[in-house]
Amino acid sequence: MILLLIRRDLGLLARSPALWMPVMFFVLVAALFPFAVGPDARLLARIAPGVVWVAALLAALLPVDTLVAPDVADGTIDQLAARGIALELVMAARILAHWLAFALPLLTALPIAAVLLGMDSAIFWPLALALLLGTPALAALAVVAAALTATLRGGGALAGLIILPLALPVLIFGVGATAPGALKLLAAASLVALAVAPFAAAAALRQD
Amino acid sequence: MPRVSPDPLIVTDLACQRGDRLLFEGLSFRVDPGGALQLEGPNGSGKSSLLRMLAGLLRPAAGRIDGGGARGFLGHDWALKPGMRLGAELTHWARLDDGLARLPAALAAMQLADLGDVPCRHLSSGQRRRAGLARVMASGAPLWLLDEPTAGLDTASVTLLAGAMAAHRASGGMVIAAVHGDIGLAGPGRVRLA
Repeated sequence: MILLLIRRDLGLLARSPALWMPVMFFVLVAALFPFAVGPDARLLARIAPGVVWVAALLAALLPVDTLVAPDVADGTIDQLAARGIALELVMAARILAHWLAFALPLLTALPIAAVLLGMDSAIFWPLALALLLGTPALAALAVVAAALTATLRGGGALAGLIILPLALPVLIFGVGATAPGALKLLAAASLVALAVAPFAAAAALRQD
Repeated sequence: MPRVSPDPLIVTDLACQRGDRLLFEGLSFRVDPGGALQLEGPNGSGKSSLLRMLAGLLRPAAGRIDGGGARGFLGHDWALKPGMRLGAELTHWARLDDGLARLPAALAAMQLADLGDVPCRHLSSGQRRRAGLARVMASGAPLWLLDEPTAGLDTASVTLLAGAMAAHRASGGMVIAAVHGDIGLAGPGRVRLA
């Protein structure tokens, strides 16, 4: 069942023209920073992890309007619920599909960002590992916010306000990936977010 | 199309509240296998809300809903993705329902077999409604919940629907429909909401 749902979500995402937006956005931010900060390679390398994480967070937020709202508006959620399919399962599939669609392209684009920001391998590899561990939490938060704002007009902006404070722990541990224990705390934050998010998102979708 | 006769649907003392408004209360009825029920009443009387309760989409303010087996629900929303082809959409839902084997018959019954390659955004509203009906048929659910199923259908399609509902009931299925006027159900029970 969950495989069918994930396959469906990925099929729809793959057809959507917005598929490449998050990764394009990510690369663009990485390309803009050297221009904005100036060509000081040491400074760039020092702020690179922070830049990458903020870009990743905003990239996760970019498709938040289309993550859940269309399914509520067109009756897809009704059809799934009438079949007795748990909305928690639907939302878990959505989180996984969103992660595959935004985080995997982003990780493959990370070497490009590394070149643009002048990262060396001592920064690059911990950062890549941190992104791998931390982006599931970002995907989970994005789906929760998308579900919370699905019935609101212009909910995307509100979704951003909901997610940003909740994403702070991920950001802190992610940027400090080279500090001892940071990766473990990052993984823990991801696990907590992944465990709670399907239930929170499903509760947000249920009508009274 | 259901293979075994399901339990009868028994509704006891159901009440529906939307916001501050009490739409109905103390509503009780029973639908036996092979039976049909028409929900009648003016706009806003709670027909759609009752169907959504029976489909498990809305929690009743009071009362119980028992039995009836799996539900096939046709609401006002199409639940068809505009960019996808009709055949792919219905195949997806049939897969979720474990009903791929039933899908060709359902498509034929609603005369949709030729439209499989058409993107859903190009379908007319009548065609979308027929697609929704075909999805209900292919689900194999014994209890059909249809919200104004004939809205937007031409007379030929209304006849198709009447035939499909009769066949469904003949094999032990149940139909509950919110209607304005006659939709071709033979000898239905009636519930009137004020």
